[in-house]
Formats: sequence, C-alpha cells, structure tokens
Amino acid sequence: MKDKFYRGGELLSRSVGLILFIILWEAAPRLGWVMQTYLAPPSRVFYALWLMTARGELARHVLISLQRVILGLVVSSVVGVVFGLLIGYFRRLDRVLDLLFQAFRQMSAFALFPVFILLFGLGELSKTVIIFWASLWPVLLNTCSGVKNVDPVLIRSVKSMGASKLFIFIKIILPSAAPEIFTGIRLGGSYCVMAVVAAEMIGASSGLGYLVLYSEETFNVPEMYGGIIGLAILGIGLNWILQSAEKFFTSWREV
Amino acid sequence: MTPDSLAMVKIRARKVCRVFNIRNTRGAKEGLSVLERFDLDVNEGEFMSLLGPSGCGKSTFLNILAGLDKFDSGKITVDGEPLQEQSFNRGIVFQGYALLPWRTVIQNLEVGLEIRHIEKKERRKIARHYLELVGLAAFENQYPHQLSGGMRQRVAIARVLAYHPDLLLMDEPFAALDAQTRENLQIELLRIWETDKKTILFVTHSIDEAILMSDRVAFMSSRPGHIREIISIDLPRPRTEDIRNSAEFASIRKNLWSMLQAEAQQIQSYGGYL
Repeated sequence: MKDKFYRGGELLSRSVGLILFIILWEAAPRLGWVMQTYLAPPSRVFYALWLMTARGELARHVLISLQRVILGLVVSSVVGVVFGLLIGYFRRLDRVLDLLFQAFRQMSAFALFPVFILLFGLGELSKTVIIFWASLWPVLLNTCSGVKNVDPVLIRSVKSMGASKLFIFIKIILPSAAPEIFTGIRLGGSYCVMAVVAAEMIGASSGLGYLVLYSEETFNVPEMYGGIIGLAILGIGLNWILQSAEKFFTSWREV
Repeated sequence: MTPDSLAMVKIRARKVCRVFNIRNTRGAKEGLSVLERFDLDVNEGEFMSLLGPSGCGKSTFLNILAGLDKFDSGKITVDGEPLQEQSFNRGIVFQGYALLPWRTVIQNLEVGLEIRHIEKKERRKIARHYLELVGLAAFENQYPHQLSGGMRQRVAIARVLAYHPDLLLMDEPFAALDAQTRENLQIELLRIWETDKKTILFVTHSIDEAILMSDRVAFMSSRPGHIREIISIDLPRPRTEDIRNSAEFASIRKNLWSMLQAEAQQIQSYGGYL
C-alpha cells in the first residue's frame, strides 16, 4: 500500500511541469494573450480529440501512422542489425564503408524525400523508404559499434576452449552487442516517428501527419493540435514498448 | 630418450621464437623479439610456474599454448603431437576473470561444456559439482557483477575445471585480488589440484606464489624471453598456509629473489620495460 502511494506521489511530482504547461496553455488563449484562432486551448483540443475518437477517425489515422512506423522500423532493424553485425565483424569491410556510412547518416531523410518520390512514386513505398532511411543508420552504426566493442578477453577465453567461430558469434558477440543494438533501435524508433510526419505531409490522405496538415489548411485548429498530441503519444508509446523489450532482453545488466 | 620418459612430458617447447611486428617511435615497422630460443618441458601432472620480469614473454608463451597466438619458428608438442590451434583439452584462466556478464554464475560454468556439445542436463550437473567445489553453490543464479573479485575468479576457475581440460593455463589469475583473498584462493587451488593432478602452467610475477604452488619454477630472462633456469621446489605436499613461514621456503625465496633482481637490473640498463 505504502509502495503504491509512494509511486503515485512520484508520478505526481514528475508531472508537475506537464500540468503547469497545460494550465498555461489553457490560460493563454482564454485570457487573450494569444488569438484562439491560432492557439486552441487544451480543453477544446481534447474535446476535438473526443469527437474524432467517437467518429472513429482518430483510430484510423493513428493506426495507419503506427503501421507505417512499425513497418519502417522492422525493416530497418532487420537490415541494420544484419549488416551492422557483418560490418562490425569483418574489420576490413568496416574500414571500406565507414566514410560512406558517416556521409549517409548525415544525409537528412527529409532532403532525400523528393528523391524517393521520384524513384518510388507517391504511394506507400516511398513513405516506407523514408522511414526506413531515417531509422536505418542509428541501428546499423550502433550494432556495428556494439560488435567492435566486445571485450576481446571474452572471445579469447572461449576460443582457448576450442569454440568455433559460429559459437563465438552467436554466444559471445551477439549478446555482448545486444545493449548497443537496442539503443540503436530505440533511437531509430524516435527517428521513425519524426519521419512518418514528413512522409504523411506530402501526398498522403491518412495518418497523423496528414491530419495535422489538413486541419491547418481547413482552419480546424483544435484538430490540428489534437494530431500533434497524437504524434507525441505515438512517440512515447513506441519508446515505452522498445524500452520494455530492451529491459527484457538485457535484464542482466547492472543498474 | 626412452618412450617411457617421453610419455611423461606434457608440453615440449623447442627453440620457440615469436617476433611481434610493432611500429617504433618514428612510425616505422620494426620486429620485436619476444621469445627467442625458448625451450621448456612441462611434465604430465605437474604444477609449473613461469616466473620472470614484466614484459619477458610469459603470457605470450601461455597464449601460444592456448591457441590464441602464433609462433614464428621452433616446435611445440602437447602429448607428443604438434600444438593444435583448436583443442578441447586446454583451458585458460585470465587475470580479468573473463566471465560473460549476461550469464548467471551457473550458466558461465556451462560455457565450456556447451562448446563440447554436452547435453543440458549433464551440463547443469557438472557445473553444480564444480560450483560446490569452489564454495559458491549458493550463488548459482547471481550475475558476475553481483560478486566480489575473489568470487568471480573462483567462478572462472570453476568454469575451467568443469570444462575438464588436461592442461590448465593460468595467466596471473590472482594478481588483481587483495592479499587475503589471494592467499585463500592459492590454497584452494592447491587443494583442488591435489585431487586430480592436472598439468598446470601458471604464469606469475610473484616469487612467493610460485614457490608456494609449484613443483618446479621456470625462471625466464628478460626480453627476448627464454628459460634461464628451472628450480625444483622440494617442499612437502599437501602444502598449507604455514609453509610460508618455514626455513626452506625462506631460503628458496632468497635464492630466486636474487636472480630476479639481477634480471631486473639488466632490463633497466637496456632502457626500461615495454
């Protein structure tokens, strides 16, 4: 009981900033500091969200955005981990590709979006590709560094006992790199949420990014803020899921 | 040499040379001779220590035996066969424990057995047995970071014992531990070794440790390393803590100490350590 009470107290103290912000946000348009046309108070935003939920519209946008994010993240995680492992394992490959990858990582997915549209059209494919591109590099480069940072003494100790290269790879290198791989995937996840907005703002007819832009264009300001809040919740939710997965797979780590 | 006396020799090293390619201060490639004409016989069931100044190549020789390093010339045989790069018959214990942090204590003990494809039930049984032997049965589900340094090294020793190699290589296994823990583990290792008399090659830079543990101490010269002298330690077994205070122990110690001093001075006159 006491523990529950304590945790409730902790949650409350952590929420102070958020609550103050919402109060300020409510006050600003109501007291006429900012025009209500531009800044809808949260009460109206949540009412708009409620209406959209009732119409089933919100669920549709959230689900389509979520689907795009997950598809992009799954593909980039698989590709990033596989190639990251290979590149980290084969030092020569790493040397040859390092500069290229550093350059690619710095290349903004948003800048490349027109290129993807040219190549893959305006449909789902180009959207998936931009999300994939945005999240690929943190996954790949973190995996690569995870493999390179394996403590050599661990490899030496099992090698002296006659371990095969496959055994060393699967039983030593992979678990040892796991924490860094998960850091990469988590980082990739937050890039995915950013990229999905950009993807949905150009040539889309659904998704939270589309909702935000479309509401703005039709002067439906409360719905626009609703879409932004939806995106924040999507990001937090995704991060929470990835964090839980990380905790599950690397529970051995010292706190 | 008769076939009989040949069978007694576990490791035979003849004229082993190892040259490392390094870059000197100007960045040019240079050969650094670490082992030169290194000759050593280690007998079956013997506890032998390799003692010598820092950087003399003791660990290099151990790594070569463990299949972790190559040698450039010379010949090494184990049980009369040329040294294999991959082998299920040797295990090494490092100063830095080398435990897998994502595995519990018992799972760490099972690593070597997994390499040898021993089935799960049997693995667990063997691992438990050796964990008990080092007095850590109560800690089987802990992770290495939850243990003290001494306990971790116990786990590392239990792991290598569970693997059941006929050659145990130990590279300054107790060097990172505090004095009290070190002394306890030395006696414990001796106790375990007395029960099955596996061949142990034990690298150390502690004279006391070498005398306490060994049947013979091979004393290495400074780099390029070779065996300068081999001294038999004729102290009775089983040895206990008390043997450190005996007159024989003191006289062997004095003898070895003066040799090590002379070597150390020689290195300093060459311009220091690595």
